[in-house]
Amino acid sequence: MGHLRLITEREYLNKVTNKSFILATFLTPLIITGFIMFLGYLTSVNNDAVKVISVVDNTGYFTNSLISSDDLKFEFINDFDLEEAKLISKTKADYGLLYIPNYRDLNQIADSTMFISEDSPSLSIISKIEDRIEKVLTNKNFENAGLDIEKINKSKIYINLYQESFEGEETTKMDGLVKVMFGMILGVLLYIFIFAYGSMIMMSVIEEKTSRIVEIMISSVKPFQLMMGKILGTSLAGLTQFLVWGLLIMMFSYLMASVFGIESTTQNNELLLNSSGNMTMNQEALDVISAFISLPILNILIAFLLYFLGGYLLYASLFAAIGAAVDNQTDAQQFVMPLTIILILALYAGILTVPEDPNGTVAILLSHIPFTSPVVMLMRIPYGVPVYEQIISIIILYLTFILCIWLAAKIYRVGILMYGKKPSYKELIKWLKY
Amino acid sequence: MDNLLVVDSVSKTFAEHKALNSVSINIPKGSIFGLLGPNGAGKTTLIRIINQITMPDSGSVFLDNEPLKQSHIRDIGYLPEERGLYPKMKVGEQALYLAQLKGMTKSDAKKQLKHWFEKFDIGEWWGKKVVELSKGMAQKVQFIVTVLHQPKLLIFDEPFSGFDPINANLIKDEILNLRDQGATVIFSTHRMESVEELCDYIALLNKSNKILDGKLDEIKTEYKTNTFEIGLTTSNKLNIENEIKKSFNTSEATFKGLGNNLKMNIKLKEAQTSEELLSFLLNKGQVQHFKEVIPSANDIFIKSVKEN
Repeated sequence: MGHLRLITEREYLNKVTNKSFILATFLTPLIITGFIMFLGYLTSVNNDAVKVISVVDNTGYFTNSLISSDDLKFEFINDFDLEEAKLISKTKADYGLLYIPNYRDLNQIADSTMFISEDSPSLSIISKIEDRIEKVLTNKNFENAGLDIEKINKSKIYINLYQESFEGEETTKMDGLVKVMFGMILGVLLYIFIFAYGSMIMMSVIEEKTSRIVEIMISSVKPFQLMMGKILGTSLAGLTQFLVWGLLIMMFSYLMASVFGIESTTQNNELLLNSSGNMTMNQEALDVISAFISLPILNILIAFLLYFLGGYLLYASLFAAIGAAVDNQTDAQQFVMPLTIILILALYAGILTVPEDPNGTVAILLSHIPFTSPVVMLMRIPYGVPVYEQIISIIILYLTFILCIWLAAKIYRVGILMYGKKPSYKELIKWLKY
Repeated sequence: MDNLLVVDSVSKTFAEHKALNSVSINIPKGSIFGLLGPNGAGKTTLIRIINQITMPDSGSVFLDNEPLKQSHIRDIGYLPEERGLYPKMKVGEQALYLAQLKGMTKSDAKKQLKHWFEKFDIGEWWGKKVVELSKGMAQKVQFIVTVLHQPKLLIFDEPFSGFDPINANLIKDEILNLRDQGATVIFSTHRMESVEELCDYIALLNKSNKILDGKLDEIKTEYKTNTFEIGLTTSNKLNIENEIKKSFNTSEATFKGLGNNLKMNIKLKEAQTSEELLSFLLNKGQVQHFKEVIPSANDIFIKSVKEN
C-alpha cells in the first residue's frame, strides 16, 4: 500500500509540476473565454452592418409592411422597371433587390415575386421577407373574400400545452431542451476527460519504457501497483486541472462581464423593451430554472460520480495496457483507434437516440454495454431511469472494469519489458497466457 | 559452504521459446558470482526470475534458505542492463523515490544518499534534472540507487557499459568493497577481462541450459591443457628446434617475447612433466621465458560454448 501511495504521489507531482501542464492549465481558460469574447464581438460586428434592400413594389400593398429595422433597411424605388432597378440596386451595392410585379391574381403575384442579389442571401432574411409578403397577401385575400381581418385576428386562438408527468410534476417544453443539453454536457465532459487523461497515462507508460526506468521500477514494485499508481496519479492531476479550469473560467467570465458586460446588458435591456416581449423572456428564464430544478439532481450527481469514475478507470486501464504494449505513440494509434470509435459511437448514438426516445431499445442497450454506458446512461438519467436499471448497469460496468484492469495488468506486466517490436493483437492475446 | 541463493531446476518458456531449461545454480554467501553466456542464453530471464519480475514455470528459488517472497525485494539490489531514470525528475528526488520504494525511510535514504554522493563527488548534481546528465553520470546515480539500501544480494547486469576506464575502475572497487562488507554479488557480463578480475565463481549458460559452473580457479585447472610457453636464446637455433619437436608436441608461439630467438608453445604428452621439459630446455640454451598456459575465462567461454 505504501508503494501505491508513493507512486501515485510521484505521478501526480510529476504531472502538475510539468511546465506544459501548468501552461495548459492556465492558458486554456484564457483561450476559451477569449474565443467566446471574440465570437461575441464578431456577431456584434456582423449585426451592425445594415443590409439595404431595394424594393420595386408595383402593387403598392407593401409600403406599410416592409418596415426597416436595425439591421434591415427597405428602400422603395417603385418608379423603375426591373432592368433599371437591377442597375440601380447594383450600383448602390445593395444587399439585394426585391421585385414585386402587379397582377390581379394575388397568387400570381406570390408566384412571380423575386429576390435578386449578388451573393446567395441569408436564409433568415429570405424567410423574414417571405413571411411579410405572405401575411399581406393573405390579408388581401381575406379582404377580397369579404372577411373582416379584425375579426379573424380576434378569433385566433393560441395554445401552449400544459404538460405534467404522472407523478404530478409540471413539465414544460423547456424541460426537454434542458435535459438534452444537460445530458450532452455530462457525456461530452466524460468523453474529453477520458481522452485527455487516458492518453496522458499512455504517454507516461511509453515514457517509462523509452527511458528504460521500468525494469528498475518493477524490481521494487509490482507492475500492477505501478500501473494503478500511474492511473490514480494522472487522474488526480486531471481532476486538479479540471477544477482550476472551472474556477478560472468562472473568474474570467465574471471579469469580462464587469469590464465589457455593462454595455451589452443595457443593449439587451433595450432590446427586451423594444420587443415588447419582456414578459415572455422572463418567463423563458424561469422555465429554464424550473426545468433545471425539476431534474433528478441527487440521482444525477451520484450517477455522475459512479459512471465518471467507472467509465474513466475502465478506459484508463486500457490506455495503460496500450502504452505498455508499444514503444512509441505512432504504434499506439492502431490500438487507440477502436477505443476512439467506440466512444464516439457512444456519444453520437446517445445524442441521436436518447432525446428521441430515452427508454427505447437502442438507448437501453447502449446504457448497459460497459464501454458506452457511462456516456449514454448519463444522457438518459435526466429523463428519469429506474434505479434498478442503473444499479444493473453500474454493476456490469464495474465488473468489466475489474476484468479489464486484470487483463491490462497482464499485458502491462509482459509489455513493459518488450522493446523494439510492435505487437499484433494475436501476440497480445498470447501475452495474457504468460 | 553456505549459499545465499539457491536456484533449483528452474524452467521458463515464453510461448514457443524455451528460455530456461531446468537450470540449477548455487551462489555462496560473500562471493562474486559471474553469470556468463552468449546473447539469448537466458541470463536476463534468470535474473528477472530472481527479482520476481517473471515467475518460473517450474522449479524454485531460495534466498537465505527461504523460498522467494515479496519482502525479499528489499534484500536485493538490481542494476538491469536496460536501465534509465525519469528524464524530467531531479536526481536527488529520484534517488530518494527509488530508495523509498525499496523500503527505506525518507530520512534514512537522505542520509545514505548524502554519503554516497560525497563519496562519488557528485554532490552538486542533487538538484539537476536527469536529462542534463551525461550517460556515464546517470549510470553512477543508478549504481548508487542499486546499492543504497544495503541489500544482501546485488545483481549487476553489464555494470560497466557506458563508463570510461576511470569510472569503471571506481565502480569495480566499490563492488569489491561491498563484497568485503558481506554482500553477495551476481555479475552478468560479456566482458571476460572483468570476470577474471572480479569473479570467484562462474556459471555459464548457453541455449537455455547451464553448461558449466563452479569456482573459477577450479574450472581453470580443469581446462588446463598442459601447455607451456617457452623462450630461449641459443646460437644453434635450427638444431635445437628440431630436437624439441622430436620429443614434444609443439605449436606456434602465442606470446610476445623480448630478445629470445627461439619461441614456441609446447604441449606435454601424457606422462611428461613440466620438470622434464624444463631440465631438457636448460641444457639447450638460456631459458628466458617459461610459463604454463592458463586458460582465460574468455578461452573457457568460447571453448565450452563451441563444444556445446
